[in-house]
Amino acid sequence: MLLIECPYCGVERPELEFRCGGEAHIARPEDPSGKTDEEWAEFLYMRTNTKGVYAERWRHIHGCGRFFNAVRDTVSDKFLKIYKAGEPMPDLASLAKEAGK
Amino acid sequence: MARYSFLELAKNAFSAHKNWGRQWRAPEPKAEYDIVIVGAGGHGLATAYYLASEHGLKNIAVLDKGWLGGGNTGRNTTIVRSNYLWEESAALYQHAIDLWEGLSQELNYNVMYSQRGVMMLAHTVHDIQVFKRHIHANRLAGVQNEWLTPEEAREFCPPLNIQKNIRYPVMGAALQRVGGTARHDAVAWGYARGADSLGVDIIQNCAVTGIRRGADGAVEGVETAKGFIKAKKVGVVAAGHTSVLMEMAGVRVPLESNPLQALVSEPVKPAFPCVVMSNTIHAYISQSDKGELVIGAGTDQFVSYSQTGGIHITTHTIDAICELFPMFRRMRMLRNWGGIVDVTPDRSPIIGKTPVPGLYVNCGWGTGGFKATPGSGHVFAHTIAKDEPHPINAPFTLDRFRTGRLIDEAAAAAVAH
Repeated sequence: MLLIECPYCGVERPELEFRCGGEAHIARPEDPSGKTDEEWAEFLYMRTNTKGVYAERWRHIHGCGRFFNAVRDTVSDKFLKIYKAGEPMPDLASLAKEAGK
Repeated sequence: MARYSFLELAKNAFSAHKNWGRQWRAPEPKAEYDIVIVGAGGHGLATAYYLASEHGLKNIAVLDKGWLGGGNTGRNTTIVRSNYLWEESAALYQHAIDLWEGLSQELNYNVMYSQRGVMMLAHTVHDIQVFKRHIHANRLAGVQNEWLTPEEAREFCPPLNIQKNIRYPVMGAALQRVGGTARHDAVAWGYARGADSLGVDIIQNCAVTGIRRGADGAVEGVETAKGFIKAKKVGVVAAGHTSVLMEMAGVRVPLESNPLQALVSEPVKPAFPCVVMSNTIHAYISQSDKGELVIGAGTDQFVSYSQTGGIHITTHTIDAICELFPMFRRMRMLRNWGGIVDVTPDRSPIIGKTPVPGLYVNCGWGTGGFKATPGSGHVFAHTIAKDEPHPINAPFTLDRFRTGRLIDEAAAAAVAH
């Protein structure tokens, strides 16, 4: 089981308190009716599904209930960085380098 | 290839079974093939076998980064059934069952296909409604599936606890009598031996590190650990690593890879007559011919390639098994493991062409690909050989995520996500 530190509560809690929300930084289209089918497919379904360093959304559903983002290595399952929703995506390449990958 | 037969067995008995030949060769890769299949699991080997046997193609290689059948083929819980909801899926999985029934004879290899019945338990009113809908849809599609009361379910599977005082009492069950199990390793080995004897090169320990495309965008071949291999057509059948391989060709796919766990108990005498699954409380169980209880658990909720999975997932499954089958409470588990499954948004596979000419993909089987192995290989071979899908896999395109014609099997998939 993963141990996850909620950036709002400031405590490390077991994974059971959280719900994973999938890949992070996928923005809902600002002009939905102006999008083509290809763009909708990309937004709704296509995922990077990286083997390695991956940014994803989590929600502290059995705690404060808020969404936040995390960068995790999907091979070792180790968290490399946790940050609040709305903050920009960190540089995944440099995080990977720091983690020695 | 020496055919296996009673005579062959008797002959080898005289030399204490020390002179059986190898089942397949271990060739070095040639510089060029007509077709390269990436992934020597059940689906990939079946594809190569049918390309050679049904379409008469000879210059084929199957590459794998490890040993053949060492991924999800060797890690799954070997359940075979076809009671899916939509006509498209019922046709696909029933096609596989039709092939399963003659597979041991066709391959001259005992895949130990046993139609012992697959029973899916209903624990809530919602389950009952969903399963009855499946049963009616299946009957219209010509797929066998029937409803059992809790008493009938216990009659079919005597160890089942149908008392009302458990957390999720059994309220009924859907039974597919033609469903059952097969020996997963034998399926990979049988297809490997069959394909090899038809001239297919199976190259193990040869990871694909890149997919090369020409100026016109079409596939030129694959970069591997053993150098560049030229290929006119490349079929990717790589389960949990499909996203990684497709990225090498610049194609994005609607997949997420999750660990799915299973475990086996110590072997005991025959005690469990069928396969029982429960989506609601995340447990499925059968007994192998060797005597072990084979238990399937759920997936982790996040993307991972770790091939392990959280221990709380298996704990949850064991809780359910102990409550449904109290006689297993003191069984000891021998080992548990995880495999990486590639899950699509609609829980149906993707079998077909890609935007890249010459590149084909067979993926997205999620938590339940083993049951479809022969059918999947059969229609994928047709797709590659003819450069157009077989009528059965025509609805299972990558393009359905653009058109919106999804095949939603979330309720029929074995594992609740």
